[in-house]
Amino acid sequence: MTPISFALAHSLPEVVLAVGALALLMLGVFRARDGRDWIISECAIAVLGLAFLLLFVGTGPKVVVFDGAFIDDAFGRYMKGLALIGSMVTLVLSLDYMRREKIDLFEFPVLVLLATLGMLMLISAQTLMSLYLGLELMSLSLYVIAAFHRDNVRASEAGLKYFALGALSSGMLLYGASLLYGFAGTVSLEGIAAAIHGKPNIGVIFGLVFLLAGLSFKMSVVPFHMWTPDVYEGAPTPVTAFFASAAKMAAVAITVRVVMTAFPGVTDQWRQILIFVSILSMALGAFAAIGQSNIKRLMAYSSIGHMGFALVGLAAGTEQGVQGVLVYLSIYLTMTLGTFAAILSMRVGDVYVEKISDLAGLSRTNAPMAIFLSAMMLSLAGIPPLAGFFAKWYVFNAAIQAHLYPLAVIGVLMSVVACFYYLRIVKVIYFDEPAPGFERASPAVTAVLIVASLLVVGFSFWPGPLDVAAAAAAKSLF
Amino acid sequence: MFGFGLLSGLIFLPLVGAAFILLLRGDDEATRNNIRWTALITTLVTFALSLWAWKLFDPSTAAFQLVEERSWLGAGLTYKLGVDGMSMPFVLLTTFLMPFCIGASWVSIEHRVKEYMVCFLVLETLMIGVFSALDLVLFYVFFEGGLIPMFLIIGVWGGKRRIYASFKFFLYTLIGSLLMLLAIMAMYGVAGTTDITVLLKTDFPVSMQKYLWLAFFASFAVKMPMWPVHTWLPDAHVEAPTAGSVILAGILLKMGGYGFIRFSLPMFPDASQYFAPMVWTLSIIAIVYTSLVALVQEDMKKLIAYSSVAHMGFVTMGLFAMNTQGVQGAVFQMVSHGFVSGALFLCVGVVYDRIHTRDIAAYGGLVQRMPLYAFVFMVFTMANVGLPGTSGFVGEFLTLVGAFGANPWVAFFATTGVILSAAYALYLYRRVIFGVLEKPALVGITDLDAREIALFTPLLLLTIYYGVHPGPILDACAASVEHLVRGFDAALAATKTAALALH
Repeated sequence: MTPISFALAHSLPEVVLAVGALALLMLGVFRARDGRDWIISECAIAVLGLAFLLLFVGTGPKVVVFDGAFIDDAFGRYMKGLALIGSMVTLVLSLDYMRREKIDLFEFPVLVLLATLGMLMLISAQTLMSLYLGLELMSLSLYVIAAFHRDNVRASEAGLKYFALGALSSGMLLYGASLLYGFAGTVSLEGIAAAIHGKPNIGVIFGLVFLLAGLSFKMSVVPFHMWTPDVYEGAPTPVTAFFASAAKMAAVAITVRVVMTAFPGVTDQWRQILIFVSILSMALGAFAAIGQSNIKRLMAYSSIGHMGFALVGLAAGTEQGVQGVLVYLSIYLTMTLGTFAAILSMRVGDVYVEKISDLAGLSRTNAPMAIFLSAMMLSLAGIPPLAGFFAKWYVFNAAIQAHLYPLAVIGVLMSVVACFYYLRIVKVIYFDEPAPGFERASPAVTAVLIVASLLVVGFSFWPGPLDVAAAAAAKSLF
Repeated sequence: MFGFGLLSGLIFLPLVGAAFILLLRGDDEATRNNIRWTALITTLVTFALSLWAWKLFDPSTAAFQLVEERSWLGAGLTYKLGVDGMSMPFVLLTTFLMPFCIGASWVSIEHRVKEYMVCFLVLETLMIGVFSALDLVLFYVFFEGGLIPMFLIIGVWGGKRRIYASFKFFLYTLIGSLLMLLAIMAMYGVAGTTDITVLLKTDFPVSMQKYLWLAFFASFAVKMPMWPVHTWLPDAHVEAPTAGSVILAGILLKMGGYGFIRFSLPMFPDASQYFAPMVWTLSIIAIVYTSLVALVQEDMKKLIAYSSVAHMGFVTMGLFAMNTQGVQGAVFQMVSHGFVSGALFLCVGVVYDRIHTRDIAAYGGLVQRMPLYAFVFMVFTMANVGLPGTSGFVGEFLTLVGAFGANPWVAFFATTGVILSAAYALYLYRRVIFGVLEKPALVGITDLDAREIALFTPLLLLTIYYGVHPGPILDACAASVEHLVRGFDAALAATKTAALALH
């Protein structure tokens, strides 16, 4: 039994987030006028920033605390860093939007903090119990903020859909977890790994399938993707950015951790599932996005496709593959946040627009934004020398080294199809006659767009640090 | 400077120019002129720098020179540059043609000059990178990165069907390249590095070579382009602005041939031997079939585009003859085609700028109003046909000699292509230049102005110079080609011995 101070020292970011969320809630309840967000968002950003900095305090390869429920390792710290960046940028993006849409209530930043806390716990989960607790804390907060614009029909619909389907997936996950507990006799991930060697029991396989189904829902991969386009379209744009960035990071991180820690003995079994899911996601992400005219909906399909690509690396099941997933997610996070910053800059008069045709001729009405958004699109398509290419390089390289040739070939073919709709946006921006120009975006949104673009364009000049960090993080899982 | 070498300087100089242009504000005529001059000066300085690189280059050895290496992307992937006798001519060709592209766009591009020049300078960076990269992934990054600026050039400043053409160009090339990317990963798995100098010495298993060869072929055959995957080229050429066509025909097509020489032949010798008959067949079909197609074209640019496909057929035929004459001839043919086809597209651009149509039927009797133009067009037509005394002859002759050495029937069928090329080229010339000048639009047409004369003179002189004195290019690549052919023969002999030993 380790002293509680030791355990708290290894979960400092979580502690800070929990305390910060409660304190800001108090502040909001007792101080805010008319329930309006006053400086709560700014404070929440600061809390997230502090948690991010505290990640660097933790060192050492692997420490398990809270009776084996919580692990502090390099992999977790890396993914938590990504999730925290996603949350922070989401709040930065939301400042102006929420005020303009008159939904700048103090609950929003608090809920984002709580969701982020759930993500961090999820990423560090070392038992099925802590996994479920983290997952539900995250999900319940997300259901609420999906419907945060409660006077808006689409937003309410999005929240309700997300809740209903999310509850179903939680049920599946719980069912899988109980099967695993029944057959392995433990909820600890490492205990499960120890319990299954040799020929795995059919009950364990069933448990694995249900567990992965539940996690697939959170990652929004086919066939558990149905909620994604509607929720992405209906939710307020900064919330969509949050779903596409931080929430995905946590979901993929825990999937990686579960299959690598708990199921190293049944690699062939989960690999089949992941290959199946990955191919379907890449295909659906590529083909379904072609017909979209709403850019948020397009980003939903794009995110489904990208999760498929990320899972290619995981399907390899090697350390190289995990490194690939980590690099992929880091670059995907940057591209997504940049793209949503661009979407939040699409405002005509007082109305936020989200049709692809609204971008027509952007190169003539706002040349810098045109360059930045095109860079994002081409990077999402995976065209070198932009960062998205290197993301694909890592995951496909891992798949090739693991001799998953059909998966890799199908993957690159799908990326050609996907390239078509990204190119279509570049075409609309550069080739078409101008639509009405956008209003000046808020400085915060512009700054996010610029930083993300610089990272995406400049990555090829200095890719070393990310490679090293991801390699170190992947190593800690093996 | 800053630990970077001459080749890095060549690669990044155009980028510096592009960054400077991006910073220029305003859209009045003065700014546009500043942009044009900045672009021109940048390309000229880059050309001067490449001449200096050539001066330092020692053609008597097959080793890579001007090598520089820095760590880049983790395990086995480095930022490594270097040139040998087979890449140096292409680096020079690139830097040489760029000022012409800028010059050709001086008046014909009126709107969005800034983006246009930035696209061209970025493209130059990427093209020089392709020819000087000594790391396979770095090569790929440059190779495929070139799609972005070219996509924009065709799509923004192109003709009526520009959107169709730009998408076709982009997606066609991308699908081939991605298969190559997977092959690169597989090679990385075997060698543990993507350093080209190491990969050149790696022996890949014969069975694996075939898959790798096919994957590389998918990319380079599309880029080249070889029949039957050439269909993107006529569309792209017709819709692209003049300078875009020049770059496309002059340099981008050469990347395919360069890829064959740099990767397919030396790295997969057994597979190259195995697939050579297929390549010959495709080359012959390309030469004969596209020449016939060129004969019936109504659009000048389309005609020249098809003629490019036919000429690239000679290149692939020469390369896969796998003897000294064939490979040297292919290199020479590519360089020579670089400025001949570039010049022909410039010739089309000259009349297009005046009349705004590329329909052959809209012209006739130009010699009466434009004697200088008629002369220039004549020289390049002859060079395209392969008349002795022009650079076109040397390349075609050497590749045919090489092919004859490997398989006389291949040479026999390919030679018919020379006759056909004379037919379509002279037919085009007669319809445009000779005849009666009766079209009302042509009555007031003016002859070449000073800018155009300045553009054509160097190209014209070089075409004649290399026609009578092909030595400089042949000598530059001789040692490297010799090395390639000898390594190729040795590899085949080794496989043969191994096969015999098994029996």
